[in-house]
Amino acid sequence: MPTKPDPTDDALIEVRDLSVHYRLGGSAAARLLGRDTGAVRAVDGVSFVLRRGEVLGLVGESGSGKTTLGRAMLGLVRPTSGRILYRGRDIGAARERDLRRLRRDLQMIFQDPHAALNPAMDLGTAIGHPLRIHRLAATPAARHRRVVEALERVGLVPVEQFLGKYPADLSGGQKQRAVIARAIISGPSLLVADEPVSMLDMSVRAKILDLMLELRRDLGLTYLYITHDLATAKFFCDRVAICYLGKIVEIGPTTQIFAEPRHPYTRALLAAIPEPDPSRTVMRDLPRGEIPDAARPPTGCAFHPRCPHAFGPCGWEARDLRALLESRWTRIGDDRYRAEQSLFADLAELDTPGRRIQIRAAANAQGLLDLLTEMRAVDPAEPFWRGVTDIQIDGDRVVIEFAPPVEPHLLPMDEVAVSCHLYDANLSPDAQVSDRTP
Amino acid sequence: MSADRDRPPEPEDAPPADSRSESSARTSTELLAVRDLRIWYGTDRGPVRAVDRVSLDLAPGQALGLVGESGCGKSTLGRGLLGMLPPAAATDGEIRFQGRNLIGMSPARLRSLHGPAHGMIFQEPLTRLDPLMRVSEHFEETLHTHQPDLTRDEARHRALSALRGMGIPPTRYRSYPHEFSGGMRQRIMIALTLVLRPAFVVADEPTTALDVLVEAQIVRILADLRRNFATALLLITHNLGIVAESCDRVAVMYAGRIVEEGDVRQVFGAPAHPYTRELLASTISLATTELHYIPGAPPDLVDPPPGCRFHPRCPEAMRVCPARDPVDVEVDVGHRAACWLHGPESLVPPGMDARLTQGAIGVADEA
Repeated sequence: MPTKPDPTDDALIEVRDLSVHYRLGGSAAARLLGRDTGAVRAVDGVSFVLRRGEVLGLVGESGSGKTTLGRAMLGLVRPTSGRILYRGRDIGAARERDLRRLRRDLQMIFQDPHAALNPAMDLGTAIGHPLRIHRLAATPAARHRRVVEALERVGLVPVEQFLGKYPADLSGGQKQRAVIARAIISGPSLLVADEPVSMLDMSVRAKILDLMLELRRDLGLTYLYITHDLATAKFFCDRVAICYLGKIVEIGPTTQIFAEPRHPYTRALLAAIPEPDPSRTVMRDLPRGEIPDAARPPTGCAFHPRCPHAFGPCGWEARDLRALLESRWTRIGDDRYRAEQSLFADLAELDTPGRRIQIRAAANAQGLLDLLTEMRAVDPAEPFWRGVTDIQIDGDRVVIEFAPPVEPHLLPMDEVAVSCHLYDANLSPDAQVSDRTP
Repeated sequence: MSADRDRPPEPEDAPPADSRSESSARTSTELLAVRDLRIWYGTDRGPVRAVDRVSLDLAPGQALGLVGESGCGKSTLGRGLLGMLPPAAATDGEIRFQGRNLIGMSPARLRSLHGPAHGMIFQEPLTRLDPLMRVSEHFEETLHTHQPDLTRDEARHRALSALRGMGIPPTRYRSYPHEFSGGMRQRIMIALTLVLRPAFVVADEPTTALDVLVEAQIVRILADLRRNFATALLLITHNLGIVAESCDRVAVMYAGRIVEEGDVRQVFGAPAHPYTRELLASTISLATTELHYIPGAPPDLVDPPPGCRFHPRCPEAMRVCPARDPVDVEVDVGHRAACWLHGPESLVPPGMDARLTQGAIGVADEA
């Protein structure tokens, strides 16, 4: 698809500052542990425009909020704040009765086609079901005609052979075709496809993607393609949005993002894909750790604890020191680990949020300071130290101060927008940041 | 035993028994030598031949990737090599592991090997870890069962160092499985398998449930395994990329048989079997510019097609392919394929190398 000149003119759906938070109510354990955050921020301040006829990929790992975002677009999840505008109406605020009418236009394809189909319903009934619910066919004969047409569209032919079949009689690829047939029968304008091929064998993935592209062409569909798989996204999408912990960290035309990934997270994702090319070797500098708990997101940029390029304003805090210590303790022997751990009065103090942390020493604060000094000397390139502005002893404790965190936001760069301080001329110490090749 | 009754009939044109002996001359130093292994399950419809005359070798510290579509017998082969098949399965052939044949070994003997001699890593680690037991208790129980002489302190030391090797810090030793992320649980599971220092590990789709970055971490761990522990690895996966990055050799399985095997670079660089070529072409990677897929689906293993089982889906099928079982041919040093395209010509009757005309494969036969 050629890129359209004006992004807002042909907007099918416009998402504005959307947040979906799940309350962590009721758990006595969480309260006992003194968790101050009462909500999981599944989607946290996301804005984008879905253009008519395009395929937009939402790419991210599990926990990035991509599935919640997709469900919110269909009115299946109520936003905590923000708007989802479709033909001038806010899907997030629509009443249930209006939503039902909207769902003719907005349909979903699920990851697991087996779970998406009722095992006790034959294909003809299952695919015709939306027509009954939305009263879209005047007579049973008319409904039958449209079911046959939908089956033909998705390639389940000869139709007579499939009409009476049950999901258990079908292969994975055939089931996904049936799910697609059911999704298109009400004549939708948008399909939200959540990992539609990830449970299928390699040999049929391409076929299902091909079918979806064909349907877009023939029926003028718009897709929101939710996936963790960058390789299919590269092939399938016109634009991609890279999601991390409830936020979009980079968004733009697929060709640009893949040719010149800017956000360190996007770069890491691209470098981590195992390719069946034997001349490539396993990459060595993978980001450490895993996607953090969305109930307690890191301060500042959520990716900073894993980011090899993070620096001062990225949001350093005491928790990052704990991760650093734990990583060190996987590399040294048991005796040294015990000695070092016993320097701390209580390691749990490192879970305290804030720009200034006081760490009580078990016996002497100097020992603790020596340990930190040694860690810094051993690995001066460790990004954590770029965020430390001061370390000193205060009585029986070591006090560490961190640089003030700055919340990143999407910065426009060419046709791409990227949410990273490396590209912010006011914050980044390096000039010509967009040409950095780490 | 019912197994004998359900025994699959010998194919009439089975290759002569000695056709494989040349390629198996290198067995002397092998850790694992599998010969003509067959595994089948009796069902109402007849025997399901999940593994059909498979032969392969694995040296200490070597990593072999096992690839193919779902339903080709990969997992059955992996479990069979460890003697971990359900009671309904019947086997014959030979699995020589450290000099002993596992076929015919008593279940008690087999169980005693599991853990200290060989181990298994599964797809979803949470189902293999007891949610009510701390990580420390999992390790202590495992070590106590297999090495009762270890003191508590020695066991703790062994456990912590295995966990360290997988990047799990000692501060988390007394945590419960649910307190870890999926990737950490998988690393704990790998540590729990490696703590007994087995000579051979089967990993069945160990990264399928994981995210890209965590998957890459596990792939790196698996790639390091053979260097750091001299553990031989059979890695079962549908992801050819993971094999390319963590294995020395690769075996391609189709409908119960190994159709191609060799060095990863040789096989992926110059695939000899059309199935391998099709699998590689249908993999969607960053280099993909055009979609490609294999028509049809792997056959029902109760009644597979005659001759080469891939022939109905093969773009290069010849008249000989449905008529005769292909034999292993060494296409390059240490690289074998079972495909009539590579001969041996002496076994292809005149005129049988003509193209086979086949009907089109529709969605009705799709995987």
